[in-house]
Amino acid sequence: MEIGVEDRGQALVLRVHGRIDHLNAAAFHNALTPHLEHCCADGVPILLDLSGLEYISSAGLRIFMIVAKQAHARGGRIAVAEMQPLVREIFEISHFHLVYEIFSSTAEALAAIGNTTTTSA
Amino acid sequence: MQVRFWGTRGSLPSPLTAADIRAKLAAALMAARGQRLDTAEAVDGFVASLPFSISGTFGGDSSCVELIDGGDHHVLCDLGSGARRYGVEMLRRHGPDQPQTYHVFMSHLHWDHIMGFPMFPPAYVPGNRIIIHGCHAELATAFRRQHGAPSFPVEFDQLQAQVEFVVLEPDRKTEIAGYRITPMLQRHGGDSYGYRFEKNGKCVVYSTDSEHRTEQTEEAEKFAHFFHDADLVIFDAMYSLAEAASVKEDWGHSSNVIGVELCQMAKAKRLCLFHHEPTYTDEQIEDVLRKTRRLEAITRAESPLEIMTAYDGLVVTL
Repeated sequence: MEIGVEDRGQALVLRVHGRIDHLNAAAFHNALTPHLEHCCADGVPILLDLSGLEYISSAGLRIFMIVAKQAHARGGRIAVAEMQPLVREIFEISHFHLVYEIFSSTAEALAAIGNTTTTSA
Repeated sequence: MQVRFWGTRGSLPSPLTAADIRAKLAAALMAARGQRLDTAEAVDGFVASLPFSISGTFGGDSSCVELIDGGDHHVLCDLGSGARRYGVEMLRRHGPDQPQTYHVFMSHLHWDHIMGFPMFPPAYVPGNRIIIHGCHAELATAFRRQHGAPSFPVEFDQLQAQVEFVVLEPDRKTEIAGYRITPMLQRHGGDSYGYRFEKNGKCVVYSTDSEHRTEQTEEAEKFAHFFHDADLVIFDAMYSLAEAASVKEDWGHSSNVIGVELCQMAKAKRLCLFHHEPTYTDEQIEDVLRKTRRLEAITRAESPLEIMTAYDGLVVTL
């Protein structure tokens, strides 16, 4: 599992690659945590680009829940985009589509959740 | 070995209403339009072709599961409201003049798991022996206090059967009624215990009222070991994973998703979804079953895991 970070100005895009299961869920959480500090009411929305995520288990989904709770508690906005079909199915079977805003593309997601007061580079 | 489910609903019995029956009839009649149903066989075939949520019901009694292996003693898990129907059947089958021995294994002592005992007919028959096993020190207290005033008209000491309580030790394998039985501590308010039953090369795991945190690797592996190679795992799948990880976190229950993962890790053969959420309709329970089967299919690594969902009256032959 790897995370790539791209500051798009109106949102922080975190690109998640690989598999997340009970063996690396804690590492995934640790990797996300520093970026959550700025995801607040007056801060920067986070977009999780999941195009490179091949599989996620319940342990990984629990981290998605913790992260959503942390962001929402601060008034921040967090969404996911570009899920592979298998991951999307797992999200829906687990009812995580009720927790996260899901977008089919990064562009669509940025248009919906990106800060309009900040222009991208 | 067979497993018969007498009560499968979680937390509270949930009987169907007249409106529920009417909706099933209406759905069946809509589906029957244009069908040729002029013989009993044709009607039977048509009914069998309907979704179970229309032709049947997953049922409303709370937890009670019977293990059947042809032995002299009867073996049960939990005494929820399903125990009443089971007890009536035992009396019908054996009558009052043939004393029977019942071994009951208690997951825990919450009301929905003990509420059937005051209405358990074998408890009122002299000569019967009822041995209630569990890992809670308060085992006897919990059963005694739901009898007698002000909760019930019959005092516990007026029961005609010989009722005994045996406190088991978690993780210690015991031989009872020909089964090798291992209890295991589970995460639930006030603790609960799962049981692994092994006999004649077959294995059933009864694991209800158990919350799991699969991100805790050691815990997940411990349960996978407890379930390993089981022919049947009866699993608390009361909530969706999202509910169990958010608004219902620490409520002591699990999800279909975690059931699939643990059974796949354990290389179990069958997963039976159990302890259904009392607010769920038959359609919702059927939808959970369909999605769970799909999850198993898209995450399958090795041999397939058979997915089923419990209903009152289900018999599984291992």
